[in-house]
Parts: sequence; C-alpha cells; structure tokens
Amino acid sequence: MLAWTIYISFLGAIAVTFAPGKSTAVARVTALFTALAGLGIAIVAVVHNHSGELTTIVRTSWIPQLGIEYHLAADGISLTLVLLTGVAAVAGILFSWNIERRVKEFFALYLVLIGAVYGVFLSFDLLLLFVFYEIAIIPKYFLIAIWGSTRREYAAMKLVLYSFAGSALVLAGIIAAYCVAGARTLNLEALAHFPFPASFQMWAFPLVFVGFAVLAGMWPFHTWAPTGHAAAPTAASMLLAGVVMKLGAYGCLRVAMMLFPRGLDSWGFRALGFGSWQQVFAVLAVIGIVYGATIALVQRDFKFVIGYSSVSHMGFVLLGLMTLNRIGLSGAVYQMFSHGIVAGLLFAVVGRMVYDRTHTRDLRELSRIPLGRLIPFAAVTFAVASMASIGLPGFSGFIAELQVLIGTWQSFPWMSCVAGLGILIGIAFSWRALQAAFFGDAAKTATPEHVFPPITFPERLGAYLLIVSTIVTGLYPRLLMDLILPSLNSALFEGLRRGASR
Amino acid sequence: MSSLFVSRSPVSNFPWLSALTFLPLIGGSAVLLLGRARRSAARLAALTFAAAALAITILLWCRLDPAFGGMQFQEWHSWAPDIGLQYHVGLDGLSLLMLAISSIVVLMSIAASQSDSQNDSKNNPEQGSAYLALLLFLESGLFGTFTALNFLHWFLFWELSLIPAFFLIRLWGGAGRARAATRFFIYTMVGSIILLLAFLAIFLASGTFDFIELARMAQTGQLASAIGQNLHWHQWDAGRITMVLFWGAFLGFAVKTPVVPFHGWLPSAYAEAPSETTMALTGVLSKMGVYGFLRILLPIFPAQMWRGRTILLWFAVASVVLPAFTAWAQTDLKRIFAYSSINHLGYCILGIVAVARPLGSGPGVAAAKAAALTGVMLQLFSHAITAATLFWFVALLEKRSGGLRGLNDFGGLRRVMPVFSGMMGIALFASLGLPGLIGFPGEFLIFKGAFSLAWWATALALLGLLMTAVFLLTILQRVFSGPLSERWASIPDLTLTERLLLAPGVALIFVMGLYPQLISGMLHGTVMQFVAQVGF
Amino acid sequence: MTGSSYLELLRLTAPEIIVALAGLFVLVLDLTFLRQATLAIRFRSAVIAACTGCVLALVGLEKVSPQGALPSGMLVANPLTQLIQIALLLLAILVLLFGASADFTQNVGEYCSLVLFATTAMMLLVSTQNLLVIFITIEFLSLSLYVLTGFDKNSARSAEAALKYFLFGGMSAGILLFGMSLLYGISGSIALKPIAAAVNTSPGDPMLTLAIVMMLAGFGFKVAAAPFHMWAPEVYQGAPTSSAALVASSSKVASFFALFLLFYLALMGAAGNAGWGNYSSGWTLLIAAVAAVSMLWGNLAAIAQTSVRRLLAYSAIGHAGYMLVALVAHSPQSLAALVYYVLTYALATLGAFGVLSALETERVDSIADFSGLGKRAPGLSFCLLVFLLSLAGIPPLAGFFGKFYVFVSALNLPQHFALLWLVLLALVMSAVSLYYYLKVLKQVYVSEPKAETSAIAVPLTTSVAVWATAALVVVLGCFPDMLLNRIAAALMIAFR
Repeated sequence: MLAWTIYISFLGAIAVTFAPGKSTAVARVTALFTALAGLGIAIVAVVHNHSGELTTIVRTSWIPQLGIEYHLAADGISLTLVLLTGVAAVAGILFSWNIERRVKEFFALYLVLIGAVYGVFLSFDLLLLFVFYEIAIIPKYFLIAIWGSTRREYAAMKLVLYSFAGSALVLAGIIAAYCVAGARTLNLEALAHFPFPASFQMWAFPLVFVGFAVLAGMWPFHTWAPTGHAAAPTAASMLLAGVVMKLGAYGCLRVAMMLFPRGLDSWGFRALGFGSWQQVFAVLAVIGIVYGATIALVQRDFKFVIGYSSVSHMGFVLLGLMTLNRIGLSGAVYQMFSHGIVAGLLFAVVGRMVYDRTHTRDLRELSRIPLGRLIPFAAVTFAVASMASIGLPGFSGFIAELQVLIGTWQSFPWMSCVAGLGILIGIAFSWRALQAAFFGDAAKTATPEHVFPPITFPERLGAYLLIVSTIVTGLYPRLLMDLILPSLNSALFEGLRRGASR
Repeated sequence: MSSLFVSRSPVSNFPWLSALTFLPLIGGSAVLLLGRARRSAARLAALTFAAAALAITILLWCRLDPAFGGMQFQEWHSWAPDIGLQYHVGLDGLSLLMLAISSIVVLMSIAASQSDSQNDSKNNPEQGSAYLALLLFLESGLFGTFTALNFLHWFLFWELSLIPAFFLIRLWGGAGRARAATRFFIYTMVGSIILLLAFLAIFLASGTFDFIELARMAQTGQLASAIGQNLHWHQWDAGRITMVLFWGAFLGFAVKTPVVPFHGWLPSAYAEAPSETTMALTGVLSKMGVYGFLRILLPIFPAQMWRGRTILLWFAVASVVLPAFTAWAQTDLKRIFAYSSINHLGYCILGIVAVARPLGSGPGVAAAKAAALTGVMLQLFSHAITAATLFWFVALLEKRSGGLRGLNDFGGLRRVMPVFSGMMGIALFASLGLPGLIGFPGEFLIFKGAFSLAWWATALALLGLLMTAVFLLTILQRVFSGPLSERWASIPDLTLTERLLLAPGVALIFVMGLYPQLISGMLHGTVMQFVAQVGF
Repeated sequence: MTGSSYLELLRLTAPEIIVALAGLFVLVLDLTFLRQATLAIRFRSAVIAACTGCVLALVGLEKVSPQGALPSGMLVANPLTQLIQIALLLLAILVLLFGASADFTQNVGEYCSLVLFATTAMMLLVSTQNLLVIFITIEFLSLSLYVLTGFDKNSARSAEAALKYFLFGGMSAGILLFGMSLLYGISGSIALKPIAAAVNTSPGDPMLTLAIVMMLAGFGFKVAAAPFHMWAPEVYQGAPTSSAALVASSSKVASFFALFLLFYLALMGAAGNAGWGNYSSGWTLLIAAVAAVSMLWGNLAAIAQTSVRRLLAYSAIGHAGYMLVALVAHSPQSLAALVYYVLTYALATLGAFGVLSALETERVDSIADFSGLGKRAPGLSFCLLVFLLSLAGIPPLAGFFGKFYVFVSALNLPQHFALLWLVLLALVMSAVSLYYYLKVLKQVYVSEPKAETSAIAVPLTTSVAVWATAALVVVLGCFPDMLLNRIAAALMIAFR
C-alpha cells in the first residue's frame, strides 16, 4: 500500500493540471488532499510496521535484459523519511495557500517532486532509486525559477547543476557497482550482500558518497543550498531543506555506506593527516557544522540565516553517518527527520508569515518593525522553531544531536568538541535572528504601514502540524527509534557494523 | 538496574512528584487561556496554582522520612532506553529543600508582580498573563530539575527552565534588556553544552545517565575503570579523561551558579530584569548551579574535586571576596544585590569544595563535613528567602520612585516610610548574617565545617564576610538615614496589602533564624548519606 | 551473377526498392496531376504518397522480413539491419509529417522524393558489409542531403549552409575513399570479412594506420564528431527545418551503425586499447580521443550559443562523443547500447526539430524568441520539455536509459573500469549539457511572453507527429525493454 504514496502524488499532479476551470481553489484542495492521503498512508504504514522490518511492497521485473527490477520496499529508515515527507508535504501545501500565480502548475510540480521523493525513499532497486532521484531535480528548478524571489533563476540553475553533477558521480558509481557485481542485478539487498573487492570499494565509496553528499549540503559543495533556499518560494524551501537535502543524506547511507562499507576502512597510509575516507568526510562534516553556523551568524537576509543553518544541521547528519557506530547512525537518521520538520517550520515563518507580509527579509529593516507585537503567532512559532533547531531538550533536535554527539565521542573525541562549538554558534545565530526579526527595539510603535493581514487558518494549521511533530518526537523518541534501530541492526548494514567493530 | 529501586524508601502510590511538576505547567497554560478573557482572573489563577504547588510541597515535607537519606517517592518509567533516557524522579532532603525554595519564591514573585498597567517605566510592558504563565512554566522547570534523577531527564528541565527566564528578561526587562538577555543566554548555553558533552562521554563509558547509579559506580571505582575501558582518547589514562570530564561538568555549573570568573552574565541580567523576575532568578535559578554541584559533581566526581581542590578553593574564595568588593563600588541597588548574590553562593561553593575530602584524612572529618553540608543547604534556603525579599523591596521602591534605584538617589527614607525601612532593614541584616536571623546558621555552619577542612581558604573568605557587612551597612546608611531630600518627602509607605504580602517572608527570616532545626532536622538523613557517599 | 542471385537481390532489397519507387511516384504525381493545385494540397498529397510508400516498406520488412546475404557482403539482410531500417523508415515518416505544412519551396515533389531517396540510401548503407557499397551509399545519401539543405532558395543561409556542407562533404568523401583504397591495397578485398582476416595478420602496418585515420575522418564528418564537425552548426541553422531534422536524426542513425560495423567487423585486429594507464596503439585510442574532444567541445561550445538550432548542433556533437564511447568499447553489448542510444537520440532530436518546424511561421531562432512559449503553446512546450530533458539524460526518458546502457557497456568489459575515465568525462559533460537545455526551457516556462504575442496555431499533422514522438520517448524510457528485447534478439541472430 505504501507504494500508493508515489502513485497518488503523481496522479494528484495530473489531476491538478487538468483541474477544471480557472478556479484556483480546486487545485489547492486537490493538492492538499493528495498530500494528506500520502501522509495518511505513511502513518498507517508506520503503525503497521512499527518494528521497522524490511518489507517488500512491490517487486516485479522492469528491464529483464539488464536484471533491473521495479522493486519498492521499506525498512525503518525509509519509513521514517516517508513519514517526514508526508508531514512536510502537507505543511508545505498549507503554507502555499496564498499562491496566486500559475497555481495549477505550482501544485502539479510540487506533487511531482513529492512523488519522486517518496519514490527515492521506497526504492530498493538502485536504478529505480536513481530514476526517482533525478525526477526530483526538474520540478525543483521550475518551482524556484518561476515562483522564487531573490536571484531566482541563478539560484535555481545552480541548484540543479549541483544536484545533476552530484548525480553524475552517483551514476558512475552505480554503473561500476553493477558491472563488478556481474551485471545481473541492481537490487539493493543483493548488492549489500555482494562481496565487492576492497580496492573497488575504496574508490567507489567516495565517488557515490560525494555525489549524494552534494545534495545533502556537505561543505564545500553546499553553496547551492543557501542561495537555493533563499530564492525558493516558501513551500519549495520547506521541501528543499526539509526533504530534498535528506535525499542526499539518505543516498549516502543507503547506497554509499551500505554497499561499500569497506571504503571507509583505513587507507593504510596517511595523506595530509587523513588516514581514511571516514576521517576526511567527518572533518568536512564538522567544518560544515561550524562554517554554516558562523556564516549564518553574520547574514543580513533572514532566509540566508536559515539557509546556512541548514548546512550546519546537515553537517550533523553527515557527522553522525561518519561515526559508523550504531548510536551515531541512528542519530543521523533522527536528525534527518528532525531537521526536515524544523527547517520546514523555520522557512514557513520566514518565507510565508514574515516575508509575504513585510516584503522584506533584511534583518535590519525587520528590526524596525515590532513584529513580535504585530504578529505574535509568528514570533512564538519562530521561537519554538529556533528552540527546536538549536537542539533544546524536549524537541526532536535534541535527541538527534545527542546521539550524534555520543557517537562522535566514540569515534572522533575532539570533533565532538568542535561540533559543540557549532551548536553554540547555532544558538547564537538563532537568538540573533529571533531578536532582530521579532523583538527589534528600534521601533517601539507600529506605524500605519505596518498593518499586516492576520495569520491565516492554513498557516496556523501547518505550524501546529510541524510543532506537534517536533515536540512529539522530541518527548517520545521511541516513536522513531524503534523504527530506526532495528533497521540499522538488520543484515543490510552488516558490512558497516563489521567495519565499525574492527 | 531495578534492584536499586527496591529500597526501603516509602513507595508512594500516587505520583506526587510528577503531579507537582506538571501542576504549574497546566497552571501556566490555564493562565494563558484565561488571560485573553480576564486579566484579574489570570492573576488569581496564577496565585492559586502557585499556592497549590506550595501546598503540595508542604505535604511532601510532612511525609518525607527525614532519617532516611536515600531517594523517596521515586517514580520510574522507561522513556527512551536506547539513549539511556528514563523518567526517573525521586526526593530526598536536598530536593525537597529546593522544591520548597522554588515554590515559596515563585509564589512571592507572582504576588509581587504588577497587575496594573500604569507602569512608571514605559519601557516595561504590562506584566500580564503571558508574564505570569512564564513564571509558572519556570516553576515547572525548576520542580523537574530538582526531582530528576536521570541526567537527560534532568537536563531537559534544566534547559526548559531557562527559556521562560530568557523571555522574562528579554521582554519585560529594562533598557539594556537585549544585551542582558543575550549575555545570559550565551553564557548559560555555553555552560550547558560543555556539561552535556561531558555527560555524553560519561554515558558512552558507563552506559547510564542515572545519577544514583553513576554515584554508586563512582564510589566503587567502576566509573573510572569503565572510562578507562571505553574511552580511548589519544592514549590518555582514565584519570586524565575523568578529570577533563569533571572540569567540563564543573564549567556548566560554575556558569550557572555563578562562580567568579564565570559570572559575567549575572549583574546585567539581574539588573535589567524586572525586579519581580529577579526575585525568581536569584531566589531559585542561581540555586540550580549549587544544586548541580551537590547532586551531580560531589557524588560523581569526589576524587576529582579532591585532586583539583586548590584551584577550586581559589575559585570559591574569589567568588566570596571579589563580588563583595565590587558590590561596594556599585551605586545601583539591584547591582549591589546581584553581586551580593554571587558572594553568598560563594560560601556554598566553599563548603562544597571543602567537603570533597577523603574520610580518613584526619580526625573529625565526618563531623566537619556534616556541618559544612548542612550549612550549605541552610545557606541555599536563607539566601533564596533573603534575596527574594530584598529584590521585592527594590521593586516596591522602584514603583514609588518612578524607576530610580540608585544608592545616591535616596536618603532619610526611614522618616517617611518607617515600616518599609524597618522590614527591609531586617532583610538586610539577615543577608549580612546577623545571629538570630535566617542568614546566620548557614554561614556559621559553613565556616565551622570548612575551617577544619580547608583552613586557608576559609580564612580568606572571612574577608568577604567583612566586606559584605560594609556594603550592606552602606545601603542602610545612604538610603534610610541621612537628610531626607525634598523629592521624597511625600513618598508613601507600604500599603496594608503590601505589608501583609511581605509579612510571611519577614516572618520566615526570624523563624528560620531562631529555629534552623526546622530545616536541618529534615536534612539530617540526606546529609549523612552525602557524607558517606563522598567518603571515597 | 546468376538469375537466381538477381532474384535474391530483388527479394532482399524489396523494401529499398519500394521506397525508391515511392520517391519516383511522388515526383511524377507532383509534376503531372498536381501542377495546378495549391501549395498546401500539393504538400499534403506528396507527403501522403511518400508516407504510404514508407508504410508499405515497413509492412514488407515486418511481415516478410527477407533475410540472407549476397556474395562479398554486398548486401546483408538480417533482423538487426531490418530493425535499423524500420527505424529509418519511421524517422522518415516523421520528417515528412513535419514538412507537410511547410511553405519554403514550390518544388514539393522533388523535396519529398529526395527525402525518400536519402532514406533509401541509408537503408542500403546499414545493410551492407562491403567497402564499395558503403562508399556509394554514403555518397548517394550525401548528395541528397546537400540538395535538401539548400532547398530553401529564398534563404541565403540555406544556400551558404549547403555550399559549406557540400565542400566539406566532398573533401571528406575523398579522404574516406582514400582510406578505403588503402585498406583494399592491404587486404586485396572490398568485403569486410576478408579485410578482417588481413588486418589480424598485420595489425601494426603503418598503411593500415593511415587507412584507419582516413576512414575515421570521413565518417567523423558524417556523424559530426569533433574536429570534423564544422559543417553541422551551419547546416542545422540554415537548412529548412525538416531537412535539418533528417540530417540530425536518421542520417546519424545510419552513419553510426555503419561506422560501428565497419570498425567492428573489419578492423577488430587493430583495436588497440584505450584503457586508462595501459594504452596500446589502435583505433580505440583514436576514437576515444575523438569522443573526448567531441564531448568537451560540443557541450562547452553549446553553452555559448544563442540560436536554438546551433545549440542543437553542438549538442549533437556532444552526443556523437557519447556514442563513440560505445564504439570504443566495441563489444556486442555496446553495439546494442549504441543502437538503443542512437535511435532514442534520433527520436528526441527529431522531436525537437518537429517543435521548431511548428514554430517556423513564427521565425523563431534565438533562445530569447522562446520566451513565454509555455503559455502560447502549452502542448508543444511540454513536448519540447520531454525532448530536451531526454537529450539531457533525465530519467525516466529514453535518453537517460540510452546513456545508462552505453556507459554500462563501456564499463562491463573484461578489464573493468579501463574506460572509466571516458565514462566519468561523459557524465560530467552530461551535467554541463543540462545547463544549456535548461536555458531554453527557462525561456519557455519561466520567462513571460513578449508583448503582442498570441497563442500559436500548430498544424494538426505536426502536432500529431510531435506528440507521437514525445510519447515514444517517454514509453521507451519507462519500458526500455520494448526496444531492448528486439535489439538483443536481432543481435543474437546477426552475430550467431
């Protein structure tokens, strides 16, 4: 049934395109119900498969000539991310309720993107995964280029080229793995158990990992992220930061690390102080954490602050992956979920609640508007989102960063201190943004031009949805942990575990 | 694991502690909802909830077995076992004392909050329902912090209690509030993160976040061996790693207490926060740091404290002496009391560091330890009551003077407002440690105990005691005596309501000064447990 | 030659004969009966007649599918060649349909018959294994194409392009012939199989090297591989749209197939090795270099183009590079991959030219002219999106799968990853290519239409042809097995 998340989204896209008449309401409502159906299916699937076992959904031959199958399956990690996609999709539509230009196209592209994202998370055939991964690229371009703001065309092109260049590397890795494994199958399960030669893994791993990590915003390939996020319309930034960056991280884990675990082994020599890819990528991840946070601290554009914060938070995902221990990996997956929700919320506040009303994102200008008093709901939402984002206990971010940090203590003790520094800078920029945007002291009283329409019902609904998600998973982490941990313990990741114990 | 909890502690079938923790949370939400409709109702509801919390605390006080030193009223639920997170709360004398402090001070703070919108300082928005709700949320966070026995569970409330405090300062503070709140935020967050990192490493080594379990492991030496086995950092030995972790944890609490030189956030935060909030900040929030020292550092790292005692004692002495001098140089009443707060908590740190000493290192050590620990806890209580009362008086003074609170702005007030002057004088003398008032037993016991454990530091700290007397007497002289300026000739004295509200606080100052056994009796079992635990 | 072998010849070349006769019929029809009719009617009738001829040939190929070979490889008809011929016929039909509503010429009959003659030449080209026939058919094809390129007599550009094409073509034909004669000199035969035997005995012969270089240059011209590509941008831009479509699509299919067969069947012995680090001299190395240069130059130069047609030309050069990768791999699998690639590529390019032909009345040339097309002609724009994304290699369109298959075949060799460098280069360049395709699509969908423009009326035939092509591109991408199975089966028989 889970496969229907994909089909429904694509069908929804078609339905929206051919929605009758000029009325935009039909398109909106159709899109909303499509996304809701996806979320519903995801929730049902999680309830049914609460132990996170690997379950095959569909498996049928696709290109028998090459042994490629149409194989959809889900384990706990997939389910976690499918759930995230569902939540983010619904929230995104709620926050784009005020789109007035080319409404049908907007929601159609949006749903295509959602469907592709579901597809990536559910694919268990490598080529199929790649196909969905690529399908997701094009809607991103148009969403940003048509409905975006600051330097939209540049940002959209940059984003697409980065993603596509990354996926070129991935494709090279996939083809290489396919050939080495005898050119008979691209089934992920089969490949996970195939004994790839260590020397092959040693170069295939970085190829594929970097390819995916580009989309996960790994430093120094992150530069598409802030510009892309800033330019994108609210719903697209929510999806970009919330879900699309997770595609990259998911690929890193599901493909690069699961198939080529020995690529993380020691090289046997040291170059520039590094002894293995594990160390290289861990250092890049930590740099990303600190760098993203630092740059966010000095941004004037509100959206850029959030954009760079995404780079920083995705650094935690990559760092968690590179710890190679169970708790670090589960932290990484948890962070994928958590950041998906939180980034969505942050972008919703910045893009929809604030920008659509004030038409400025300049923090200095915003500090002259007493936003905290004019739209208190936005202020409270942003405060909650910031708290979740900096990883205060009680929010999902805490559980995630906690695990990543524990894992890092084990693998790279000193890096956990640097990551801690990153968190601190993160706290600083969140606080700065909160103060400047909502509690600016420069303006004491509202001037007549500062009369903003009140927060609408869809906005409230979307905000509640995301806030509840982050708090529930923050207070009751077992909800996701029981999905994630058994999957990490499954036979699929055996190679990774064996490598870690060595 | 579960064998730990099969102790002879009275098993309560009603989850009193959870109920107590969530009561203010519910109260705060109720106040928020009510606040939209009716302002006075919100205020009444806030008072009711705070009073109910106090009532439950008194009930617990009555039902606690003072002779038993272990945890009572324990509740234990699995939460997220994979990351060592459990819902584990318990109560011993120390926790109960802290609960009492929290509920009293928050109640005072709510009582003191200004309901009328005719605020003199136009910078200060009305302390409406949101303000009251934040205070109640703060109380909830405090209750959780003081009863939690699992690090993560504790940390959750530790951080959550900060959030209301931030916003209380940020939104209702004085002119420099943005800066003050930012400083407060950054300082405490730095401390928290370092503390968290240290504990994550401990969890990695020991596999548990449970305070009781960790204390047991520390006592038996298992913790050190676990750290040696599981953490391999650059071939450091277990002792060194443990020491690093100790300093990390220390930093977290030192910022919070604060210990000089980590106190940079405090003066501005206390001065810029509305005085009614400062009551809660100084009354309870600063106690969280000392509580951390007692509940976490002392039982888990006694040997490390012993190893680092010279430095730690210097920190303590600095915290006692330097703020006293600084306070002398201040002219803002709130700043003076802020520095005096550091000074008073410095005594606590002194007592705690002195206690970390092997039992067999001299005669009478156990008795001295018991005295010092009892002193520390008494001091916590006394400082909370005194400081909260003092800031209340400042709030009342500010209200009358239109925001003025400088040392040199007043003079001769005792002639026009005798009741005010008399009552505030009592509080000042209590803060100074005059025998017969609440401040005396604590400080006396600390000095008595610490002198035999760490004589030189105690001797140096006496200097601080002296300076405290000096600057507190200066206040008496400048504000209440001397010529009365024309400006204040018609300043009104305390109203009847204010007198009635203040009376319980002043009464406590006398009662607890004369009968400290009321508290120390309740603490007896806990102190003995501590003495045994720290006798590594 | 005996009578029976003439019969055999007739039987084997029946489809080609049908097409050629159809060409003559169209010529006659137009010159006699339709003299007085309007241009539109003449075009429609001629196209209907021509298409009927193609369909007849198609039915013949599908239903009768004559198989066999003439002596010395003069004509070899097997399922593989028939598959290519079917594809060529389909492409010819589409080209004719795109031209059905054109108005660039009065010489309708000549135009349609030339398309059919070119198709005949290509059909013969793919079904021969004889140097002489290869040369003759190439010349036949080229002559038709020269004329087709210069068919728009009102356009100076068209004439210039034809002249350029002719000059370059003539020169390269000479070079090709020279190479072939050297090969004949070495082996003493014009049939590919005996040549292969001769090459195997003396692979290091300097004369052979010279012959290979010459032939590569000749064919490089036909497939528009750098550095023999100079004519392509001019022709793509100057030629009438449907002529350019023919040049870009079916002539590519035929030339690549013939090139692969020539090198694979005749010159296997001198292949050498283009693997990274263990090179040995041979034509694979040479082709690898040509492929790399084509990919680099084609894709990078395309970025700078402002004319959509020139952009397509440079992209074609890039694509020629990708396809040469399959030739470098020279395995049966890579032949299958090449066939799949070149067919799907031809479809996508043809589709793109189809869209251009529909816009011919709008005088659309530069990228900026496309602004707001998404609103003015939504259906056409969507098809253009499909074609360009397929060319860029975005799944699930046919172009992606073609690339995937070619790269798999390039890596799936006995010594794994010898060609990884070439594949990586190709992948990176395909990322670059997305940039310029998106540049066009950006104008189409993102930019607002210019003032005073209205919806574009698309002729029905063009519309149908474009949509059919788009559907094929999508279907072949989603279900590549439909074509792949046929190719594999045909390969099995052809190389049994």
